[in-house]
Amino acid sequence: MPSRSRGWLAIAAVVAAGGVLTLVIDERYHHRVLTLVFLWAAMGLAWNIISGYAGQISFGHQVFFGIGAYVTVLLVVKLGLTPWIGMIVAVAVAVLAAVLIGLPTFRLAGIYFGLATLAYPLIFRIVMDWLGYQEVALPMKREHQAWFMQFTEPRSFDLLALGVLAGTLVLSRVIETSRLGYRLRAIRENEQAAEAMGVDAFRGKMAAYMLSAAPAAVVGAVYIHAILFIVTPEAVFGLLVISQTLVVCLVGGTGTLWGPLIGAAIMVPVSEVLDATVGDRLPGIQGVVYGAALVLFMMYAPEGVYWRLRQALHRRRDAPAARSPIAVAPVDETTAARPTATVLLDVRGVSKSFIGLQALSDVGFEVREREILGVIGPNGAGKTTLFNVLNGFLTADRGEVRFLGEAVTGQRPSALCRRGLGRTFQVVRTFPRLTVLENVMVGAFVRERAVGRAQAAARVALSRVGVADRAGLLPSSLTTLELRLMELARCLATSPKLVLLDEPLAGLSADGVDIMIGMIRRVRADGVTVVIIEHTMQALLRLADRLIVLDQGRRLAEGAPGQVTRDPAVIEAYLGKRWLARMGSPAC
Amino acid sequence: MALAELVQYVATGLLVGGVYALMSIGLALIFGVMRVVNFAQGDFMMLGMYLTYFYAVSGSIDPLLGAVLTIPPFFALGWLVHRGLLARVTGGGDPQRQMDAQLILTLGLSLVITNATTMILTPTPRGIRTAYATQAFVLGPVLLNQARSYAFVMALVLAVAVYVFLTRTDAGKALRAAADDPEAAAYQGIDVRAMHALAFGTGIALVAAAGGLLATYYPIEPTVAGNFIVLMFVAVVLGGLGSIPGAFVGGLVIGLVQSLTLLVLPFQLQNTGVFIAFLLVLYLRPQGLFGRRARTV
Repeated sequence: MPSRSRGWLAIAAVVAAGGVLTLVIDERYHHRVLTLVFLWAAMGLAWNIISGYAGQISFGHQVFFGIGAYVTVLLVVKLGLTPWIGMIVAVAVAVLAAVLIGLPTFRLAGIYFGLATLAYPLIFRIVMDWLGYQEVALPMKREHQAWFMQFTEPRSFDLLALGVLAGTLVLSRVIETSRLGYRLRAIRENEQAAEAMGVDAFRGKMAAYMLSAAPAAVVGAVYIHAILFIVTPEAVFGLLVISQTLVVCLVGGTGTLWGPLIGAAIMVPVSEVLDATVGDRLPGIQGVVYGAALVLFMMYAPEGVYWRLRQALHRRRDAPAARSPIAVAPVDETTAARPTATVLLDVRGVSKSFIGLQALSDVGFEVREREILGVIGPNGAGKTTLFNVLNGFLTADRGEVRFLGEAVTGQRPSALCRRGLGRTFQVVRTFPRLTVLENVMVGAFVRERAVGRAQAAARVALSRVGVADRAGLLPSSLTTLELRLMELARCLATSPKLVLLDEPLAGLSADGVDIMIGMIRRVRADGVTVVIIEHTMQALLRLADRLIVLDQGRRLAEGAPGQVTRDPAVIEAYLGKRWLARMGSPAC
Repeated sequence: MALAELVQYVATGLLVGGVYALMSIGLALIFGVMRVVNFAQGDFMMLGMYLTYFYAVSGSIDPLLGAVLTIPPFFALGWLVHRGLLARVTGGGDPQRQMDAQLILTLGLSLVITNATTMILTPTPRGIRTAYATQAFVLGPVLLNQARSYAFVMALVLAVAVYVFLTRTDAGKALRAAADDPEAAAYQGIDVRAMHALAFGTGIALVAAAGGLLATYYPIEPTVAGNFIVLMFVAVVLGGLGSIPGAFVGGLVIGLVQSLTLLVLPFQLQNTGVFIAFLLVLYLRPQGLFGRRARTV
């Protein structure tokens, strides 16, 4: 595809430009600045993998930078091992550290994760001090310069740093354009929706963390040889390392490989020039400039240079796309699939309580293959809690859920999704900064590994619900009906055997309700079993084969729609005792 | 003998912990109301130390009084920083992104303050000489450093004052309402933005005062923030992010842990005890000792 090869070409062009700069620059000091630009861009790219793509802001990423530096230097000092091999060991240690740090730390969400990451480099600092490694200098190896990475020619360090940058760019590009990249962005945008779409959030984050630890360790190792020559805990585990990384990424823009590159190209020369010109009189000018850049960018362009530019360019190009009306091919109900006797989902005695509230008590029912089962009940009856238990967001206190004949109680939503249990949400949960097509692709990746095939599958799913021409839009520009259809398509793209639809009709106009009902009939006609929550009965009477009524966490009634709506207990739950006395007819 | 030693360590830990508690309350107040972890909190503490120092040097004001006198100017400074910087970060209407951007902004602010102070006031450490800094109260076998004891008492008084302000005054109640549910508070006619500015101003004033108290026995230098900001984070997480009484107890616990770590580990490793306690709390009880529930903010 043209846009994909364009990305690789752009990377090649950047690396070539870097190579040309290396050759034309003469002054030693300029070479130093160039090396720094390459290294900080690479460090920013490393951070961007876990914090930009996956959205897990790490304030302690210098821990891997420091590990890279210390491991390589100590191997040279203690064993006389060349840093070229030392770097590989350092990468292995850093990745191992990422696993050991990630295992407990990814149990924490949001700001707790960020705060916890702060602690690790501090612990390393203290321990390195205590072990007596307050200052470890590289031993001079004049006779084997290249073997010990101690070049006298500054161009060599430029090229080495450029090589590190090129490698990190390629790694970032591979991640960006792979299934993992889409999944990481889905985790960043909405972790719960990602889980429900078959993305194992923990594994995704862990993979991103390991992949971002490796280049950070390489950068740390090269940084020592090219710039510092002496490793101290403060210099490699200190706050200035992470500050510089954050500045490079946030100025340039996160979540894209161009961001750290742009950020480094702007910020590193500025701060180096200031340091060289006024640094003697004003020590700390670099810190002031970095800090001020962070403050100003957060105030005026929090998305960073790259996204700001892109937005400006796109605004001119984006013409309002013409959208065709959404139509559903009617289902011939006489020949369409009818429920079979096979039990797909078997819920037995499920209870769930929150502090002081019994949300579900002893709920049990069966869902048969190709059935449309409606779950109704007044607000607070426990309908959504039931779905959350069924798809694994919550674990039942008691009871069992069997899906396709196997007990699935306690499984993660992503695992259940891969088994064929899809769901949609009462309030549509989109991945806001992914296009409609990409949103649906996240679902398609459950069955397809290759991006191209997932894209094709996503297009098919979008056509199935009639919104294929909205594929390139962002969710924010969709109507409620289109959003609900997109979510349905995303769910269908996972090739589910059974879908849990949580109030898919909420907020729709009368026409919208008709379209959605037609769509759900189609879904069933295609062989998918449907469990649907609604609290308005009218719609479900038209749609469902069978109804279950929940009230205050209990199963109040079950049966054919007509029969259930005449049940006095149901009428009472919906309308109260006085209505029951007044009315002899169904409550709709 | 061993018991006396233990009591000595506990007492020392609690005295130091009192000042930690006061600075942590400021951080907790800001987080509780704005949901922003203020990375620059330690830097405002450092500035509070310097102001107290200048009060003492040029006005011969005793640092215990000087610490209290930092409150009005730092409240104003905090208010201005909120109005001029933090309140201008909008996040495009998305509250999560707004909080993220505000957090990064405070990190930038911290870099600016530390480095600008280094430029202007030089990195040379300074200290305030007081008669009581080198004296101790003798309680049997236990010695209590007088400066630390006075600082502890002052910290306690200020913490109680904050508590009374939050629970007994209208402004304090409005502040708590804005912290609990900004939207509902806004519908009740509470100016949530003003509450954020009030919280930030108060939080900064408290940490500056804590810095002033600390200055009675701790050297003053531009990079002192780094040693304390993490202790504050730990205290606040320990107590439950955003809980004021929790932060107070958290601060005391940090003092204790620091002090008691010395019983088993060498001095250099003093803070590892604190960080290990921090990580344990995060993993085992992320909502903190006083938090109501694990929030995924």
